[in-house]
Amino acid sequence: MKLFFKIDYTILAQKVLNEKLSSFGLKYNLINTNEVLFLETVSTEQYEAIRKIVNEYGFEIIEDSKNALVQKIKDVIIEMVLQEEGINVKVSTYLSEKLGHSYGYLSNLFSETTYTSIENFVILQKIEHAKQLMVNTDLSLTEIAFKLNYSSVAHLSSQFKNTTGITPSAFQRIIEKRRELVTKNIH
Amino acid sequence: MQKDFLLITLADDDEDDRMFFTDAFDELKINTVVNTFENGQELMNFLNHPESILPNIIFLDLNMPIKNGMDCLKEIKQNERLKDIAIAIYSTSSSDADVEETFVLGANIYIKKPSDFNALKKVLNDVVTLNWQYYTSGLRKENFLLKL
Repeated sequence: MKLFFKIDYTILAQKVLNEKLSSFGLKYNLINTNEVLFLETVSTEQYEAIRKIVNEYGFEIIEDSKNALVQKIKDVIIEMVLQEEGINVKVSTYLSEKLGHSYGYLSNLFSETTYTSIENFVILQKIEHAKQLMVNTDLSLTEIAFKLNYSSVAHLSSQFKNTTGITPSAFQRIIEKRRELVTKNIH
Repeated sequence: MQKDFLLITLADDDEDDRMFFTDAFDELKINTVVNTFENGQELMNFLNHPESILPNIIFLDLNMPIKNGMDCLKEIKQNERLKDIAIAIYSTSSSDADVEETFVLGANIYIKKPSDFNALKKVLNDVVTLNWQYYTSGLRKENFLLKL
């Protein structure tokens, strides 16, 4: 016996993508058979796993290489900010050494895709990290300033105020009151 | 993995303010789609409709007829489906007490309405740029507080 098929590639592609992508437990929308929008952050590991699994079925991720490089810049900055001892080289030197591109190139690319500058992003990340430490640890502001390589508490405080519009102590007070509100609503 | 525009919603009873706001967004580099409502009740009706596409940021005027901004803020924060949307208070008042109360109730941003168009553009640009970072760089939303 011989069978002849008419194949609907759209349905086929959709079925395969849905079957494979749903196993990751990430929220996503299939926009076309060639476009998937993830509604959650996809980690590097998940990204690699997705790439691998869809490759087996003939799908190739056409990666936007510029976006990938911007993501790497962000990763290096975050890693730098989180490092305990702090790094004594300038962000610009560190980035260009780590990523093998001139700082000028990296900096232009970054501003073009993220609407902010590398310098601002570094400050933002440091302040975010300071917030995390204020919320989740018992460290004093002096200790946090030291940990994040600020020359003084005053420097951290003024950068905090410039970035967020409020003082570190107002921030702490607000978060504290929010917690009280939540506890009150539960009881 | 990035959406290329932000959905913005404003509830404000002042027609001129709504127009300035929409015009300011038209001139920004980040692509935005703006829709506006005349009071808090209209906004809540829209948000509570199960089929409406939810905005990335809601701008709330505090003084509005029928339902004011503070009540909207409380309702939004108590609603499972809506509570994660970034909330910006957009008000003529900037008393420390108002600012702190809205932050405690869950607002992320507090903007004192600027008096001229260029200042408004600058402020809105700062807001969407920062929100964009929270949106694309996996920052912790519950620590997102900004006063302008």
